[in-house]
Amino acid sequence: MLFCILAFVACQSGREERTVIKFWAMGAEGEYVQRLMPEFHRRHPEIEVKIQGIPWTAAHEKLLTAYAGNSLPDMCQLGNTWIPEFALLEALENLSAWIDSSTAVKPEHYFPGIWDTNVLEGAAFGIPWYVDTRLLFYRKDILQRAGYAHAPRTWQEWLEVSRRIKQLPGAENNYAILLPTNEWAPFVITGLQAGSSLLRDGNRYGDFSGAAFTRAFEFLMQFYRDKLAPVGITQVTNIYQGMAEGFFAMYLTGPWNIGEFRKRMPADLQDDWMTAPLPGPDEHTPGVSLAGGSSLVMFKSSRHKPHVWKLIAYLSEARQQLEFYKITGDLPAVRAAWQDTSFTNNLYVQAFYRQLEYVVPTPKIPEWEQIAMKVQQYAEMASLQRRPVAEVLAALDREIDLILEKRRWLLELKSHD
Amino acid sequence: MKSLRRAAYFFLAPALLPIFLFFFVPALAAFVLSFTDFDIYALGNFQYVRFVGLKNYFQLLQDPLFWKATANTFYYVLIGGPLAIAASLGTALLLHAKVIRFKGFFRTVYFAPVVTTLVAVAVVWRFLYHPRFGLLNYVLGFFGIDPIDWLGDPNWAMPAIILMSMWKNFGYNMIIFIAGLQSIPEQLYEAARMDGANARQQFTSITLPMLMPTTVFVSIIAMIGNFQLFTEPYVMTQGGPVNSTLSLVLLMYQQGFRWWNLGYSAAIAFVLFGIILAGSLLQTWLQKRREA
Repeated sequence: MLFCILAFVACQSGREERTVIKFWAMGAEGEYVQRLMPEFHRRHPEIEVKIQGIPWTAAHEKLLTAYAGNSLPDMCQLGNTWIPEFALLEALENLSAWIDSSTAVKPEHYFPGIWDTNVLEGAAFGIPWYVDTRLLFYRKDILQRAGYAHAPRTWQEWLEVSRRIKQLPGAENNYAILLPTNEWAPFVITGLQAGSSLLRDGNRYGDFSGAAFTRAFEFLMQFYRDKLAPVGITQVTNIYQGMAEGFFAMYLTGPWNIGEFRKRMPADLQDDWMTAPLPGPDEHTPGVSLAGGSSLVMFKSSRHKPHVWKLIAYLSEARQQLEFYKITGDLPAVRAAWQDTSFTNNLYVQAFYRQLEYVVPTPKIPEWEQIAMKVQQYAEMASLQRRPVAEVLAALDREIDLILEKRRWLLELKSHD
Repeated sequence: MKSLRRAAYFFLAPALLPIFLFFFVPALAAFVLSFTDFDIYALGNFQYVRFVGLKNYFQLLQDPLFWKATANTFYYVLIGGPLAIAASLGTALLLHAKVIRFKGFFRTVYFAPVVTTLVAVAVVWRFLYHPRFGLLNYVLGFFGIDPIDWLGDPNWAMPAIILMSMWKNFGYNMIIFIAGLQSIPEQLYEAARMDGANARQQFTSITLPMLMPTTVFVSIIAMIGNFQLFTEPYVMTQGGPVNSTLSLVLLMYQQGFRWWNLGYSAAIAFVLFGIILAGSLLQTWLQKRREA
């Protein structure tokens, strides 16, 4: 006890003139960002950064509780789909003025689709830290045997190569693609590709029974119906093993799997897998994907905003972004960092760079995650029960409209003020 | 007299106060909450809470997910409950039999799953249930039965959950049954044997009636526990596939802590409370009628 007090007093006296800023970061990032700190402390000895790592699974609850209990940190890493929610709670600092007066952080340094996820009604609430999107991981050798020297570029080719893979000798019990129904991403992505806005009338109602989304949904259901993709999620417990065995040859996933594939695919298959941007609905329309990733946000309640901004600007430097990529494998949000040879020489990553030029945000409303789960639930239902697609999507829209009731009421209320 | 009562309350206060503060107040607050539409918007600004009367309850009655969860929960309680009690009673009888040796060892082995962490158990059972590499399907293969996608098939997921939780929990009630069996006086069996009763008659005329209080206790406790099914589906299936293992408590958790629809979630809590209360009353009433 006495020791603790002494240690506390000792710390206090040593750090009298330093400003402490609290920074929460999630998962592996929380651990690794520590390694970027020595340089920051060297440049800004007056600032002390206290980093607290929090697990992703508990992050949402922890942040909301901290908000309710008035104990938010000064800054935080925030998944960019969460920004609308915390902006709505008025927990986030509007960063537009900070950006305007900054030379280091400029919107044009970033991928437009990614930057857009941080902007609500013209105001930026976060600075992209690292980016994340989904694209196609595939087995080159299997596609080659099916007569395709390249990854499918259109939906037409995608379906055709899948059919051919299924017809390969000895592949009766294998599948062409893994489309797990515990992920909403493939369904939302193809919907966006087909031109659906997912919601309509200023995000007041669901638009899943609209023509565009119906077309995309119908397209994906074909994979289940023709046994080109396994139904249910338990047949594949280890995707790396499944991919190595050729149980399936294609999978839509994100950058974190580049490292995993390198680590877990057998040595003799290392040259047989590749990444490619997503196929588009037709030759003239690029296959867009999701604008994912995490942003750095500043909380309104912070009392050290200029210091926090210094840290955000520091972490947004191309050099630090590159360094962070080397430690974590997280893809940099700042495009200048991609000029480094560690990217230009990496074929797997190149596909991500091309894909990131074509990413779009999901609807920027706090209810989005709940809606995405409903989409997943109905996709799972449709894949298992073979109900008519139109019927399933109409039921989906009815549920979405119910979720959005409060939003409609609030918008109505605000329009009267 | 009055001062005596006051003194009693004074001495009870240390126990009553925490119960009042940490049980009755939150329960009452939750009850009030269930008549509002408290959600993420309300967390940001309390002006956005609307008092909605019984709307949450009406909406609940129209929510297909709620009915699905209710049906699943009843499935689990009505099928899984009696099966688990039968398994507990069966093993208790086996372990009570005079011919069995190493009783202490078997009791420990059967009780071990009860004290094992469910999350660890679930991981192992996920492997047992694996459609392609699982031990269960491998064994069924010997009998010419095609592989079953235990956790992926909506028709098999709930039986799989029931089987696992039976294995996990039967040891607890088994111990209670063994205690009940040991308290049956040996003279009764001796007298029955003198009267020429065979083993079956002894079981139905002595063991079962004498075990009745234990059985009622066990079934009420088991029923209350079973209605609160949560961890098994939460860890194993997340309520899937196609919500076939979604329980009421899991639905409540998802609505409350995932989507922050606290008003709606509170309404589910009180409906569940009503169901459990009705179930307990029904069982005690049945028991009383039998005694009368």
